[in-house]
Amino acid sequence: MALADIRQRPGVLLGAAVLLHVVLISAQVNTASGLPVLQVVTFGSFAEVQRGTTAAFDSVRNLWSGYIALRHVNAENTALKHELQTLQVRLQEERALAQRTDSLRQLLELRERANLDTTAAEVIAAAASPEFRTVTIDKGTNEGLQTDMAVISPAGVVGRVILPSGRASKVQLLIDRNAAAGALIERTRVQGVVEGFGDGSLRLAYVPGTADVKSGDLVVTSGIDGIYPKGFVIGTIEQVERGASGYHQITVRPAVDFTRLEEVLIVRTPPASRDLPEGPR
Amino acid sequence: MRTAAAAAAIVAALALQTTLAGVVIRGTAAIDLVLIVVVYIALKSGPVAGLIGGTAAGLIQDALSNPILGIGGLAKTIVGFLSGVLATQFILNGPLPRLVLLVMATFLHAAIFMGLYVLLDLRQFPDPLPSVVGQALGNGFVGVVGFQLVEWLPGFIDRRRAGRFLKR
Repeated sequence: MALADIRQRPGVLLGAAVLLHVVLISAQVNTASGLPVLQVVTFGSFAEVQRGTTAAFDSVRNLWSGYIALRHVNAENTALKHELQTLQVRLQEERALAQRTDSLRQLLELRERANLDTTAAEVIAAAASPEFRTVTIDKGTNEGLQTDMAVISPAGVVGRVILPSGRASKVQLLIDRNAAAGALIERTRVQGVVEGFGDGSLRLAYVPGTADVKSGDLVVTSGIDGIYPKGFVIGTIEQVERGASGYHQITVRPAVDFTRLEEVLIVRTPPASRDLPEGPR
Repeated sequence: MRTAAAAAAIVAALALQTTLAGVVIRGTAAIDLVLIVVVYIALKSGPVAGLIGGTAAGLIQDALSNPILGIGGLAKTIVGFLSGVLATQFILNGPLPRLVLLVMATFLHAAIFMGLYVLLDLRQFPDPLPSVVGQALGNGFVGVVGFQLVEWLPGFIDRRRAGRFLKR
């Protein structure tokens, strides 16, 4: 009956046969150290069981003391994290202060250079919609700001005020799809219009195909739009292609990093009465 | 009766194998008659018979020739079992399927046998493929012919006896 039962389970029989063979082989084969494999394997296997048992026993024995120690460590860890956070905040404050000082120094230099009536403002918000490239500054009509006043930074032209309120204003950046500025190529004095493209780059339009234009040429404001003072840097020409309409298709890389705007200057001189400075700034 | 026949076949194969041990090709036994018998037992009687036959034949073969008892036994045990399993799953009556089975069995046997020896660092088999291929083909050819003879012979004898009886 038992034999018939085993015959119904050939897998078990195979397992038993293989095991027997393995034991038989192990009993005859020595390891590199000269000990029988069977002995080494048996000892090794049992040693693992012993190791497991000892580990479990130790875990139980050390549970209470370990718990208390962990609580103490946890409290210490919390205090250290607190201290670290405080130090990190202080470091950031110091770093921000240094950057702000540097930024204000640059603005001051720009103001002295431009000889225009300007006021400094801080960028306090970006555009709520990604389709519009605008920022909000912390100065408004209370500080004499008006629509279409030019906004500049030490790096170059930023944009214009489009919506001033009492204590804040919305500034349309030059890279906005609806923004434009009169421009000229500094090297050849060829004029055109810089337009925002919405993707962070600018296009210099209406430059005749016969004009001398090269990549790397500096593009500055021409002042003919009545908004931006003449000679302020807009950017550098990145790519020039000959268009089908007889004009160059020129891509301009803005001089201002619009993703890192923090402080700007608003040119408070009314556009019409602006005494335009000579030469590039 | 069947068990006795299987045991007798194993003993005969072992005797023949040890007798033919002198007849080798380039120092390598070209055929393994014991393996052929184990495969035949598995073909005819299933995996359990193949397993038991393989164990017995392999252990005796080990005892007679191999330094480690059990390595050949383990190889033949597994080969016998798997051959029996295949025989229950597929129709292996024709010469070609049997040839394929014998070739596969030889390769598996060699893999286990040589693998264990190498694993236990007992012996090395540099470039074993040519000898294994030769043995597989030899086993296949001898096995197929042998199987046909074994199956054809009883009927032939019966027919001759019947013929004599009718002549009388």
